[in-house]
This record gives sequence, C-alpha cells and structure tokens, in this order.
Amino acid sequence: MKLSKNHILPDNNAPIIDIKNLYKSFGKDNHVLKGLSFFVKKGENLVVLGKSGSGKSIAIKCLVGLMQADKGTINVFGKDITKLDETGLNEIRLRIGFLFQNGALYDSMSVRENLSFPLLRHSSSLNPIEVDKAVIDILTSVGLTEAIDKMPSELSGGMKKRVGLARTLILKPEILLYDEPTTGLDTITSREISQLILSIQQKYKTTSIIITHDMACAKQTSDRIVILKDGIVNAEGTYDALENSNDEWVRSFFI
Amino acid sequence: MVIYLKSIFTDAGNLILFTTRFFREIVKPPFETHEFIKQCYVIGYKSFPLVAVTGFIMGLVLTLQSRPTLSKFGAESWLPGMVALSLIREIAPVITALICAGKVSSGIGAELGSMKVTEQIDAMEVSAINPFKYLVVTRILASTLMIPILVVFADAIGILGGYVGFNIHSDVNMVRYNAQVFESLDFIDIFPATIKTFFFGFSIGLIGCYKGFTASNGTESVGKAANSAVVLASLTIFIIDMLAVQITDLFF
Repeated sequence: MKLSKNHILPDNNAPIIDIKNLYKSFGKDNHVLKGLSFFVKKGENLVVLGKSGSGKSIAIKCLVGLMQADKGTINVFGKDITKLDETGLNEIRLRIGFLFQNGALYDSMSVRENLSFPLLRHSSSLNPIEVDKAVIDILTSVGLTEAIDKMPSELSGGMKKRVGLARTLILKPEILLYDEPTTGLDTITSREISQLILSIQQKYKTTSIIITHDMACAKQTSDRIVILKDGIVNAEGTYDALENSNDEWVRSFFI
Repeated sequence: MVIYLKSIFTDAGNLILFTTRFFREIVKPPFETHEFIKQCYVIGYKSFPLVAVTGFIMGLVLTLQSRPTLSKFGAESWLPGMVALSLIREIAPVITALICAGKVSSGIGAELGSMKVTEQIDAMEVSAINPFKYLVVTRILASTLMIPILVVFADAIGILGGYVGFNIHSDVNMVRYNAQVFESLDFIDIFPATIKTFFFGFSIGLIGCYKGFTASNGTESVGKAANSAVVLASLTIFIIDMLAVQITDLFF
C-alpha cells in the first residue's frame, strides 16, 4: 500500500523543535553553522537539504547533545537543551530517536540483543518475555521478523537501516531524526525506506527531521523542506513550491 | 617540534581527564555487572592459553639458560629457587603484562575505535545509555582484576616449566622441587610483585579504552588506536615496573 502525506497539523500548532541562531565552529577558521534557525511543528516531517558540508548533520547532532553548539538556543519540548545537565539531556534523549546513516548497529550483538539493549536499561519493570514480545512487535512493524537472531554483519544495507529504525522506535520516541536514511541503497530499497518513514509517522504520530540528498525520498516524505547554504537556512517551503522557485540555486536541487 | 610536544602534553592532559572520569563514573549507579562479567571472561579466561604457553616457555628457557652458569659454581641446587624468584618478582609479571598489552589493550583499542567510527558509541549516547560506563568502566575494571590472576597463573605454570627444564638434565621429583622453590620464597617476594600487577592491569585497560574511545572518525584511526594502545601500554608497563621496584626497594 502506498502511503500519502495527509498528516499536516494546523498552522497554529506550536513548534516542538525550535532552533535559533545556532553557531558551531571547528578550529578558528572552519565555521559550519553561522546562525542557523528553523523550527518543526508537532507531527510534521521536515526535510533538510543542502550540499555536503553545509552543516545538516552537525545541526541534528547538536539537537541531541552529541555536539555542543558554540552559541544559540535549541528548544525541544519547550526546554533549551544547550542549558541542560546530563540527566536533563537524557530525559529529552529518551523522547528522541536518531537513525544513523549506516544504522550504527552494535556489531557484537544480534538483532534481538540490539533491540532489547535500550529497552532493558530504560524499562526495568519489563520481564524477559515482555521484552521479547516488544522486540518481535517492533521488528514486525519494520517487516524484519526473520532477522531476529542474525548478527549485523549478516544484514544488507537496507536491513541494517530497518533494524536501526526498529531499535530507535522501541523506546517510543516522539521525535525521529533521520541522517541520510536512503544513502547507499538501491532505488527500490530507498523507496521502501521512504514508505517506512511515512508509515511509522502515521502509526506512531512522530515528528521527524529527515536529512537527505535523495530527492525522491524528500518528495515522498516531506511536509516542508529547508535548504541550508553556508550554515544558514537559504530557502524554505513545500517540495512543489521550492521546485518552482525563482532562485536558480534552489531549483538546481530538484533537477 | 613544538607541535609534537604540544600534542604529547595535550594527550597526557586528556588521559588524566579520562582517568578522572573513570573514577567518577565507577561509583555512580547503575552498575553494568553483566558486561563486567563478560569482559572478565574475554580478558581473563580467553587469555589463559596464551599466558600458559608463554609462562611455561619462560620457566623452561630460564632454567635451561641459567643451568650452565650455576653448574660452573657448583650451585645447581639453587636453580629452582632462583628461577622461581626471577619469575615471581619480575619476569612473569612483566612478560604477562606485555603479552596482555598486545592482546587486550590492542583488542580494546580496535573494538572501541571501530565502535566510535561507525557511530555505535553515539548511538548508545542518544539512547540515553552512558557509553563510558558500559564500555570503559567495565573493561578497565575487568582488566585490573584479571591481569593479576593471569600473572599468578603464569607464575605457577612458569615454575612447572622450570621443573621440566630441570629434569632434562637431572632427576628431581615434584615434591622436592617444590620444597626448594618455596624455601627460597618470602612474603616480600610475592606481595609487591602482585600489587604492581593491578597497576599493570589498570594501565592496560585504561590505555586501550582511551585510545579507542577517543579515536577520530575514519577507519584509519582504528588501526592507529590499536597500534598506539599497544605501544603506550607497553611503555607504561616498564615505567610502572621501574617505579614499583624503586618503591619496593625503599620499604622492604
């Protein structure tokens, strides 16, 4: 079944993520983010586009506290995460899922162990049978129940992404961050992953930021797109609006 | 030259901060008991065959090499005691620690380094799991506790190797050989030598974890992490040994 984007919430819906004037530099001369500002509303799928090195991945790493921003605010669920201590940050992190580019599955653990690992640490009240059931349920929702006892080295690129997504979803996050979810996959698998992103969003009512270079994925999944250039947002709008933009540089992404 | 010195001091400073973090994290719950036991198995149990072979050869070779000299002085009967003393006080702790620096420290460096470059450590962090506690604290603790056990094991196997070596040219039974060994040993031969092995174990775990955990992105850094872990851990073992001998000399 092909899913469509019919989930945009009303405009008066308050932003669940609000990034303002974010700066991040590496060394003296490498300024990656130069006052980045954007927001994401609850239930929205925001696609972030931009050339390599424009600061897309750095921005979402700052969003989950993997990197410290030099300046600026990152409000998530109404809290500025740049000012939170480790405990406060971990509380927010439990509500955010992060899908890494290559899945980032733990090599030494099977798929079952990869999925139960975060669950056992954060849901100590669950008994082993309940943990196993949760693992099977979440693997069913990404269509990979047969891989439950496989090791990550036995999985294909697309399967790794699905398992990575399942591991992210098992903690029932409200926000999902996708770092290039279709990179390195063939066209068919890319389309399946894009469909999966949409189906997950509709099933779990998540808010998503999707960083991608894959325009088919952007078209399929986006409610709104922001395009970064030199560490700031250069263009913003829906896929159709940006595709027909007057700015030649913006249009060049859609060719 | 200035840049090289700066990088050495930066590295030393970062290692001190890393060590401080270890002592801070070790007392904070939750405790990763299951992973700690697993690491004890990996670091300790899986190193037993390697340490056994090395220990046996150490004892055998030391006996065979020392025999001609002692025979010249008619002091062949001192051989078991001398071999046991040499093994327990110096050779078994240092050689076992060096073997473990090669096996354990490089293994930890490569494992954590590859986890770092493939974003597995980041994945743990964004799942609100403390990767330092799960990966670093458990490995350093396991290494600190397992290396002394391996050294005691190497001592025993080394003495057995000495017995075999002694019997190539002589005919002494096990009971008499052991009696000679224990006659020559004193408390101060065993105690300081065992205490220093905890420091060897700690440095092996610490350096392996530090090099792996701080590996920069890129697959090349995994090899560098493993390699520099072995080099630095081996060097540290010699420095600790030198300090331990000096301190022992002061007090005993």
